[in-house]
Amino acid sequence: MAKARAPRKRPVRVLIAKPGLDGHDRGAKVVARALRDAGMEVIYAGLRQTPEEIVRAALEEDVDLIGLSILSGAHMALFPRILALLKDQGGQTIPVFAGGIIPDEDARRLKKAGIRAIFGPGTSLEEIVTTARSLVRHPS
Amino acid sequence: MTGASSRGPAAARAIVAGDRRVLARTITAVENGDPSADRILRALYPQSGRAVVVGITGPLGVGKSSLVNALVGLLRSRGESVGVIGVDPSSPFTGGSVLGDRIRLERRADDTGVFFRSMASRGAAGGVAAATREVARLMDSAGFDVVLVETVGSGQVDVAIRDIASTSIVVVVPHLGDEVQTLKAGLFEIADIFCVNKTDLPGADLAEKDLAELVTLGERSDGWAPPVVGTSTIEPTRGIRELWDDVLAHEQFLDTSGERARGERRRLSAEIVGIARDRIGQELTRRLERDPSLRRLLDEVVAHRIDPRAAAERLVRGGRRSR
Repeated sequence: MAKARAPRKRPVRVLIAKPGLDGHDRGAKVVARALRDAGMEVIYAGLRQTPEEIVRAALEEDVDLIGLSILSGAHMALFPRILALLKDQGGQTIPVFAGGIIPDEDARRLKKAGIRAIFGPGTSLEEIVTTARSLVRHPS
Repeated sequence: MTGASSRGPAAARAIVAGDRRVLARTITAVENGDPSADRILRALYPQSGRAVVVGITGPLGVGKSSLVNALVGLLRSRGESVGVIGVDPSSPFTGGSVLGDRIRLERRADDTGVFFRSMASRGAAGGVAAATREVARLMDSAGFDVVLVETVGSGQVDVAIRDIASTSIVVVVPHLGDEVQTLKAGLFEIADIFCVNKTDLPGADLAEKDLAELVTLGERSDGWAPPVVGTSTIEPTRGIRELWDDVLAHEQFLDTSGERARGERRRLSAEIVGIARDRIGQELTRRLERDPSLRRLLDEVVAHRIDPRAAAERLVRGGRRSR
């Protein structure tokens, strides 16, 4: 009998979370559903998550990817905090992407800080799915 | 987790010592059927068997996740550590999944006494994933006092939780159906405890009465009479303490009646046979695909010259023509 079990095809696990205090989660849900339909396992953490909660969920769930949705304008405070916590806790290799209302100048700075991709309004779901897949293939 | 096989015992030690990152990665390896997990599971097995493993099952939308959250709150206030597994369905079309059981969880982000893991069912029927039992055992080995397993929103025959948990709570809500529904085989047979959730809604008393009546209609072979408890997870919560008291009463019954040992034997026997069946199945599939004489056998079945039963007989005999 063959000794090793053939490893099952491994689905991508992705955490979708909304840091901070805005209550608009339609965008996050649309993205969660698109990633589900692309065959990914989407852990939907929901609204009003603190950076600590998001990082903890990402590490417990051992995700391959983190997607953050934000419309409140607090991204310059919350995103770097999430990246710093990830680094502290050994999760710096997990790629993070973001979507929401993020001005270009902020987007440039956030990308420099380590957010791998930022999607503004009007981005196609196809582009988000393609980018998500490529981030998993090339984590750092 | 490549390279984990050489670190099996080290990873096992790290898990026992409370390293949650290693635990999380090992769960992933178990879920993926990664052979690197085998040595870790083997090294940890002697450490398992200490946690109280409780299943929370019932149809979708009855409040299983909210009940889990309420039970986690109660157990943490008593200083008990809790591992939680929340299972949600995988798409039969794309394999994708949205795992949303975490959304109800309220806890301090720095509380290391709780570990929550979402699992997709990945094609398994019965309300849990194929790897759920081994993941529960990992949490048990990691030292959690209690492991709560929340199933997929279950249908009437989703009873696989019975093979994992020592106590199964079946959760319903008012107006799920008349009392004859409670008489039907399947889900209602596996309840060690019936929980009528959302008692803030009208009709809860009737649902509790129907279930209490069901329990009196006949005796279970093990002699346990499942209690019925009403709960509400809306603040101020109701019945959560009583629900856990019933879990402890059932756990005590398992010990005093000898049912725990019998149940363990039944569960482990089924597990061994299940693992062996999987491996033999994989091996047979491989043979049928690769062995030229067996491929010809398949051709014969496709051409309706040999029937599938006769072909299966030849397959298990290693391709030799039977008698």
